[in-house]
Amino acid sequence: MISADFSVVLPEVLLALYAMGALLFAVYTGKDKLARVLVWSTSAVFVLIALWIGLTAGDAQTAFNGMFNDDGFARFAKVIILLSAAAILLMSEGYMSKRDLLRFEYPVLITLAVVGMMMMVSAGDLIALYMGLELQSLSLYVVASLRRDSVKSTEAGLKYFVLGALSSGMLLYGASLTYGFAGTTLFSGIVQTATEGHLSFGLLFGLSFIAAGLAFKVSAVPFHMWTPDVYEGSPTPVTAFFATAPKVAAMALFARVVHDAFGGAVSDWSQIIALLSVLSMFLGAIAAIGQTNIKRLMAYSSIAHMGFALMGLAAGTAAGVEAMLIYMAIYVTMNVGTFAFIIGMEKDGRPVRDIKSLGMYSKTDSTGALALLVLMFSLAGVPPMVGFFGKLAVLTAAVDAGMTWLAVAGVIASVIGAFYYLRIVYYMYFGDEGEGLDKNGSVILWVFLMGSAAVMVLGVFNLFGIEGAAALAADSLVN
Amino acid sequence: MDNLLSVITFLPLLAALIMAFFLRGNDLDAQRNAKWLALLATSATFLVSLLLLFGFDASDTGFQFVEESDWIMGLNYKMGVDGISVLFVMLTTFLMPLVILSCWDVTTRVKEYMIAFLLLETLMLGVFCALDLVLFYLFFEAGLIPMFLIIGIWGGMNRIYAAFKFFLYTFIGSVLMLVAMIAMFMDAGTSDIPTLLTHDFASDTLDVFGWQIIGGMQSLLWIAFFASFAVKMPMWPVHTWLPDAHVQAPTAGSVVLAAILLKMGGYGFLRFSLPMFPIASDLMGTFVLWLSAIAIVYTSLVALVQNDMKKLIAYSSVAHMGYVTMGIFSANQQGLDGAIFQMISHGFISGALFLCVGVIYDRMHTREIDAYGGLVNRMPAYAMIFMFFSMANVGLPGTSGFVGEFLTLMGAFQANTWVAMFATTGVILSAAYGLWLYRRVVMGDLIKESLKSITDMSKRERAIFAPLVFMTLLLGVYPSLVTDIIGPSVGALVENYNHAIDDGSTMAAAAAPVQH
Repeated sequence: MISADFSVVLPEVLLALYAMGALLFAVYTGKDKLARVLVWSTSAVFVLIALWIGLTAGDAQTAFNGMFNDDGFARFAKVIILLSAAAILLMSEGYMSKRDLLRFEYPVLITLAVVGMMMMVSAGDLIALYMGLELQSLSLYVVASLRRDSVKSTEAGLKYFVLGALSSGMLLYGASLTYGFAGTTLFSGIVQTATEGHLSFGLLFGLSFIAAGLAFKVSAVPFHMWTPDVYEGSPTPVTAFFATAPKVAAMALFARVVHDAFGGAVSDWSQIIALLSVLSMFLGAIAAIGQTNIKRLMAYSSIAHMGFALMGLAAGTAAGVEAMLIYMAIYVTMNVGTFAFIIGMEKDGRPVRDIKSLGMYSKTDSTGALALLVLMFSLAGVPPMVGFFGKLAVLTAAVDAGMTWLAVAGVIASVIGAFYYLRIVYYMYFGDEGEGLDKNGSVILWVFLMGSAAVMVLGVFNLFGIEGAAALAADSLVN
Repeated sequence: MDNLLSVITFLPLLAALIMAFFLRGNDLDAQRNAKWLALLATSATFLVSLLLLFGFDASDTGFQFVEESDWIMGLNYKMGVDGISVLFVMLTTFLMPLVILSCWDVTTRVKEYMIAFLLLETLMLGVFCALDLVLFYLFFEAGLIPMFLIIGIWGGMNRIYAAFKFFLYTFIGSVLMLVAMIAMFMDAGTSDIPTLLTHDFASDTLDVFGWQIIGGMQSLLWIAFFASFAVKMPMWPVHTWLPDAHVQAPTAGSVVLAAILLKMGGYGFLRFSLPMFPIASDLMGTFVLWLSAIAIVYTSLVALVQNDMKKLIAYSSVAHMGYVTMGIFSANQQGLDGAIFQMISHGFISGALFLCVGVIYDRMHTREIDAYGGLVNRMPAYAMIFMFFSMANVGLPGTSGFVGEFLTLMGAFQANTWVAMFATTGVILSAAYGLWLYRRVVMGDLIKESLKSITDMSKRERAIFAPLVFMTLLLGVYPSLVTDIIGPSVGALVENYNHAIDDGSTMAAAAAPVQH
């Protein structure tokens, strides 16, 4: 029995063992001198495990009496999480070592966060959910303040911690209410308590608090306040990490909770999520207009994108979950590329974050500027870039579920949002020449930037087959 | 050839890719190579598209040269043309080599400039060929990107404002259309345009948040499409982006914008609004007719007071597009024939007029009308050509401009006499601003010191205008060249439209007693 359980969680166990082993090994040997090696080996481990999970697709299994699910949905999310984490680790290496930030704890903490995320997306129980969430969050609090001597970075870490703790508190409160009224912490037990498609009053409270806690993690409005500050204060590679893997994990967890635990009462939660979605899309679109710091801009951009992903979830259907997964996969790919560019933005070795410094960047580096142009149009959701198909998928799901008003609100928000993406294009191609940027010299960053931009263009043929995988994943969750 | 349309559509893209990947350097040689490659590619596209024209069977009212293959998310890659779209394809392929020739003197970022235009050609052709809703939308929207860059990078002083306005205005129009397309997809279960053309969208009165929507789903969809096409067209009162975009765009950009991009709106009305939502179109018809009449009169008056040549021609474009919408929503054979004819003819005439402005702008670097005068003394050939196209713009019989205006007015007269009466005053007004512009720029004595050394048109410039003059005259004296091709398809469209409306009214009549 136990061995059967462990074979299901083997990837997580191995990854956790790897993290501890790496930590011990580094502490007793070379410490920070080993950081470089650790970054590369951790990335390799992530990729290997992603391949393993992705290629050995078996039937859905559960372990520990249903507390841990290994189904198509979890696998899909895990592959995205692992690959994006590997990409971000590789991208951070150059930046971190140049600024003397590359400590051996960094890859170890990222690994632990990833283990937490993998637990989150597989959770089948409120306790398992909380464990995964906290493992992830605690690691992230630390990496946010990795630059210990910087006020902004420590402030970011502290802010993230305090608000994150608040959200965990809310989530726990919701979880205990749910437990109190449902009599079980297992999702499979909670889901049976819905009668005639509605929840009891107490469970509704529980659901609302859990949703609020999760909304913090996906940075959906009105629980988004930490995002811009944390994005701005954290070292840029860490920001890139925040924008990708944890968002996928939190969004997948959100889907998991509402469908597995509250799947019997779709109409109860779909309104909550629809509201979160519409607020996020508009705030993300409008608040970003005034930003001049590109990291803050990307923070608001990610809020808006989470709004779109939530739109898929709000539909409450398998098609909605599928759309959400497609959207998240595309979103992560775009962000990896965009952050590869942002990490490389520097002048005389100093990082530059003001978007005005992009003035006429197309003259300095025409290929890089073109790649960012593609990414910006993709983020804005302009066809034929792949970003458009993500939007199309969630809009289709929303209209199909009878939420045309949400779709209309979404497209209007996307037009407002298009403005600030266009503004970056404008600076690069026909703005005033500002202080200028140096040409990005890092090969790794260049590869990720170009790769991501190429995916955005070439994906128009068949989205690299992601649609079929997402459909399978969604089916395993909703049915 | 089975995939002729794909070849035509993607040939320019192929050239753009070759240019992007294999053309290095930015010296004069590279610039010359880029121009020649672009000219070669666009000319080749035109030649290939002649196969399409000659292979097209006008008596068949269905779609021809259809090609289809699976795509993503239940969508299809489906291309095809019918009598309505084939001429737009021809117009595009015909004009693009001329557009490339017209920017022969550009010196900044030549390679990128050529790539942008080649990309734009692919996207424009795609719009006219696409037979899948989302494929259509993809081409329709993607065209904004190269145009945004063309205005933004190579435009005039106030180009940033114009580029943003152009992009956001058209973007907000078309995203609503996207939602409508999704709703249609859900309703009919397919995104295939030929199937959708035969699908009956519900027109029962709907209750939306307590508002009674007459015409139901059809009306809502119609409004969403209207938002997109009216902005693109552009119709009064959402036309304000056009003068800005035109004034700031480089000459070649203006030509493409006026001659081809605007036609996408009209094409959209013909492809979607009228045949797919006939009952809603019937309901809103009078409204659109009046908007068109206002557009014709109002923008003609506005054109009268402009002192920027490009702005004047831009407003005249809006007025001429008013005839098009008027013809379309008259919903009879003459009106629709006239609308399509007017769009084709306007493609030649407005393109040529913008080129005329470009010719003197290249020499004097100003578009102010007051900066010119008496050009006939130094530029006789130019004066001749400018006069010809001014007259064509006014609608002089014998030029293609006359046929389009006459047919649309005839169509409108049958649909709504008052509208036709108002719109006809636009003909007089267009003569007023057209001739006045001509008098101020070309006639009189050459007194301005700066103009004393201006040179007449070069051989290249004459070569650009020759085909345009030829086509304008040809269509003016022999309009059945066009109407023979579009006639059967338009006839079928009008017949289906009237059928649907008769059905709708009998159903409403049958349903009426039940309600009481």
